[in-house]
Amino acid sequence: MKFDMLNDADLTALLITLKLAGITTLLLILLGTPLAWWLARSRWRFKFLIEAVIALPLVLPPTVLGFYLLVALGPNGPIGGMMQWLGGQPLAFTFTGLVIGSMLYSMPFVVQPLQGAFAAIGNRPLEVAATLRASPLDRFFTVAVPLARPGFLTAAVLGFAHTVGEFGVVLMIGGNIPGQTQVLSIAIYDHVEVLEYGQAHWLSGGLLLISFIMLLSVYALNRRFSVTKV
Amino acid sequence: MSMTIEARFQIKRQDFILDIDLNIPARGISAIFGHSGCGKTTLLRAIAGLEPCSNGYLRVADMLWQDDNLFVPPHKRSLGYVFQEASLFAHLDVQKNLEYGLKRIPQSEYKVSLDQAIELLGIAHLLTRKAAQLSGGERQRVAIARALATSPKLLLMDEPLSALDMTRKQEIMPYLESLHDELSIPVLYVSHAPGEVARLADHLVLMESGKLIASGAIGQMLTRLDLPLAHGDKAAALIEATVAEHDEEFNLTYLDFPGGRFAVSHKDLPIGHPVRLRVVARDVSLTLEHQSQTSILNIFPARIEEMTPEGNAQAMVRLDLNGTPLLSRITRKSASLLDLTPGKQVYAQVKTVALLS
Repeated sequence: MKFDMLNDADLTALLITLKLAGITTLLLILLGTPLAWWLARSRWRFKFLIEAVIALPLVLPPTVLGFYLLVALGPNGPIGGMMQWLGGQPLAFTFTGLVIGSMLYSMPFVVQPLQGAFAAIGNRPLEVAATLRASPLDRFFTVAVPLARPGFLTAAVLGFAHTVGEFGVVLMIGGNIPGQTQVLSIAIYDHVEVLEYGQAHWLSGGLLLISFIMLLSVYALNRRFSVTKV
Repeated sequence: MSMTIEARFQIKRQDFILDIDLNIPARGISAIFGHSGCGKTTLLRAIAGLEPCSNGYLRVADMLWQDDNLFVPPHKRSLGYVFQEASLFAHLDVQKNLEYGLKRIPQSEYKVSLDQAIELLGIAHLLTRKAAQLSGGERQRVAIARALATSPKLLLMDEPLSALDMTRKQEIMPYLESLHDELSIPVLYVSHAPGEVARLADHLVLMESGKLIASGAIGQMLTRLDLPLAHGDKAAALIEATVAEHDEEFNLTYLDFPGGRFAVSHKDLPIGHPVRLRVVARDVSLTLEHQSQTSILNIFPARIEEMTPEGNAQAMVRLDLNGTPLLSRITRKSASLLDLTPGKQVYAQVKTVALLS
């Protein structure tokens, strides 16, 4: 057993992981906000179908999701094939593919807190804003978003942390290409496989600490932000 | 320019139909009165554009807000809405709450200044607080000021006092009255509390299960014997009077109205100040001749206009005091002994009178 500190490959894996989680979270907030808003406000009778689809990654083994993504993103899959037809690369085993997979995998962790936060606001503050001359878009940005701030914080941190922790999906569609698609969780797995427990300890411990600190800040901040309903 | 509010709505909900055709003056306070669930709030929301309904019609003075081809969205209607619960924005302090609407109207529409609204509602000391740090009454005052600060052409108030206890109600009432006296904004005031209506309203719209029962000037409406308001223990007439004179010797104040002069115990009000009096029907007795040997000071010549039986033993009599209606509840036996019939001249003796404002 060796107790080496982190090597360059580990640091690269860490950077890729943070980059992946950051981009995924950002995109998910951007795309998930309108989706969550619609889910919270729509009275469409088949809305539950969409909700069920979004919640799927919560119960599905990541390898199943990863497998289908691999098929879809690969050169013979519908998405990968289209990419090739458009003159691009198939997305399997690329960083872009990883981002797409991570977004699907972490979607419920972003959309659900947002949907809950928007639903909790209720109709009244928006009606009040309407009678105070605020247009629908104005109401959304000046009333709904600020009132849903705890939801945004929860969504961002959960989305980020969940992406940092993913393994199965990445393994399936990203492969394990150092410097491109090798993320932290896979680097840990590799270390353990070759009995490098020291490095595995450093990486695992670091991840544990980061995750705990992130969750701690969410709960602490949400307590401070929590606004009494009036 | 027509100074009326014209509204026609047909709104069907699962367990409820609002079907109303309304034409009321676009000035003063119009109370929309009726039992809970009669559609008052739905009507108010429809006027604000918050209750989507096709085939409605709404015109407020010279502004057309809805007809077959037009639906002005709520944020483009120059109105203020005060909800039952104050509904302040929890993420903003009082000052920012007040400015929210103000910032969104063009400067050319400024009629009520923010300072004026703040002073009128007495909230200057609350400006830096968060909504959660205010009492219920304070919140509602901020909400009213917030609505006023948009200089609305119509103020809609949905039972603004109903969520408050008696003390808070008493705290806000004077502010609502000064609203009435100092701003010329027409107000639609939804209420199911007769006391509030008697004190504030100029015009009364009576509703029952989604329909309009009657609408008219408050003094007339309260004394119309074909309406439920003019019956029962609490039936009362309203009289608009002005302070005419103070009597130092007996510590009385005299109040003039077209039908005569009331004497009430001294009120610290300037001469010429308008007051609203409430005279309960059971406190008014009738005589055929002017009694001189009586302790009652307030005696007025009156003409009987209409009478209806009230329960088994009593009768409600509507009197005309030189244009001012008054109610008197007497026994059927007295009515028969005095041979009271419509058109007959009598004297109304008023035992007690209450000053509402």
